[in-house]
Amino acid sequence: MAEITLDQIIQPENMVYTRSRIMTDTVLHYCPGCGHGTVHRLLAEVIEELDLQSETIGITPVGCSVLMYNYMDIDMQEAAHGRAPALATAIKRLMSEKFVFTYQGDGDLAAIGTAETIHACNRGENITILFINNGIYGMTGGQMAPTTLPDMKASTCPYGRDVQMMGNPLKITDIVATLPGSYYVTRQSVHTPGNVRKAKKAIRKAVEYQKRNQGTCFVEIVSNCNSGWKMTPVDANQWLEENMLPFYPLGDLKVPEE
Amino acid sequence: MGELRLMKGNEAVAEAAIRAGADGYFGYPITPQSEVMEYLMAEKPHERTGMVVLQAESELAAINMVYGGAACGKKVMTSSSSPGISLMQEGISYIAGAELPCLLVNVVRGGPGLGTIQPAQSDYFQSVKGGGHGDYRLITLAPASVQEMSDFVRLGFELAFKYRNPAMILSDGAIGQMMEKVELFDPVPRSKEILPWATTGKTPDRERNIITSLDLDPKRQEDFNLKLQKKYREIEEKEVRFEKIQCDDAEYLFVAYGTSSRVVQKAVQLARSRGIRVGLFRPITLWPFPSKEIFAMTEQVKGILSVEMSAGQMVEDIRLAVKGKIKVDYYGRMGGIIPTPDEVVEMLEKKIIGG
Repeated sequence: MAEITLDQIIQPENMVYTRSRIMTDTVLHYCPGCGHGTVHRLLAEVIEELDLQSETIGITPVGCSVLMYNYMDIDMQEAAHGRAPALATAIKRLMSEKFVFTYQGDGDLAAIGTAETIHACNRGENITILFINNGIYGMTGGQMAPTTLPDMKASTCPYGRDVQMMGNPLKITDIVATLPGSYYVTRQSVHTPGNVRKAKKAIRKAVEYQKRNQGTCFVEIVSNCNSGWKMTPVDANQWLEENMLPFYPLGDLKVPEE
Repeated sequence: MGELRLMKGNEAVAEAAIRAGADGYFGYPITPQSEVMEYLMAEKPHERTGMVVLQAESELAAINMVYGGAACGKKVMTSSSSPGISLMQEGISYIAGAELPCLLVNVVRGGPGLGTIQPAQSDYFQSVKGGGHGDYRLITLAPASVQEMSDFVRLGFELAFKYRNPAMILSDGAIGQMMEKVELFDPVPRSKEILPWATTGKTPDRERNIITSLDLDPKRQEDFNLKLQKKYREIEEKEVRFEKIQCDDAEYLFVAYGTSSRVVQKAVQLARSRGIRVGLFRPITLWPFPSKEIFAMTEQVKGILSVEMSAGQMVEDIRLAVKGKIKVDYYGRMGGIIPTPDEVVEMLEKKIIGG
């Protein structure tokens, strides 16, 4: 059998996957095993597939994904902690033809930014919110988040979250689904290839639906934080499945009436 | 001659915003400035010019809506009163740090805390020294009439866009609430221009635009701060505004802005009727402060009385300006009380002439 050269392999007909051109060449700063990179990729692919690059304005949060604007080749604004939905509200109202999204973590969206989240969704702002819930403050070093599970350990609840003392985790996505202004609300994960594919479909819907001007599209991604959880990436994904998903079950919480 | 109307200061701000071609107003109700949003909502500027007006869920949301709109290169504004402006400080710092233009209006009431709903000038420090975190400056305009409430909306936007910096109209409850004749400027259409730095969607002909106030690299962060400081020096050089009233032959000088300057104008007449040659120096820009111009007055006058509705805030800048050359003192009232011309003249005699 003749030797196959590299040049023979690298041919268009052999290509099964290529990185989205919406992702820049900047090396991601995320910890190996983190879900952020995957969600960035899915969003980038959707923006490319729907040809929305020149229409898109994204808002980054304060948290691990604060530097998201380095990774995506789109116009972006960096918001103060928790305020992304307020920025997005104004942008969409001032330029209603654009595609506007926020990308926020659990501390940003469900603690300090709860009011902005609830009110933007309740007004039915025609924006898309991507909510990454890993149950911990990753960037500041693993403190308790509004979504930290009961008895789960974090640096500010080192003996586990005592709900009597520290209060209960907030299922903000469930609240958002009850609001008249929300249009499409779903909870997904990216911890297995199958879930990645489902998450992409959900993100694509949340992006496409914005054109309908029917209200807020909200996608929660239950994700991991292997560094903050102090686990290997594989263990973190398993822990996510065994602990996070029973508390934050995957699936659609609100779907448009077709 | 523009259209003449009898209006409240707050209403003049709102009407001027529509006429200045503002793209958006985002606010939250608070006394004594609620008429701004009430007027806008009643006027339906969306039908007149396409201007967006939205009542936010809080001052935090309102200022961050302003941030989002400003980052798109839009002409956006908010208004509030002291406690609400305190809540906005984080957002103002971000806006300054991201070098975005916008207009802020503070119709000041007495503090601290919930204080009172009556007029005061006790937010001077907050406006001109930087109420939020970090080394930044707000272009601060101090209107002394309903006319200037209207005029400074246009001027404030102009300066904000010229320097990509937030501008504030530092008014007070008296000017916001009182009615006066105002000559409205002719409306200009909203701008259709897409600014090169604005986030409006990355088109193939340019690199992506990123609006952020973050840079984790200390060297780059310092370089950025130096760039900001250079801009601030340029503003100090070029944008100082002030008015001198009966200063030509003055032996003594009042310095006052806003409502206090109206009281002091009367005090000048009163003092002169008693043979005291005193003038009024009225800073119009509180930052940049007319330091050089006040220093120049030390060649002529023997002493300066700063009259403020505060515990004495601007007087610190006057002292810095005169560099100890002449006597500087302060007189003011607090808690929503406006000093009377009689009190002011009496204090000039006691603290400056006799002192």
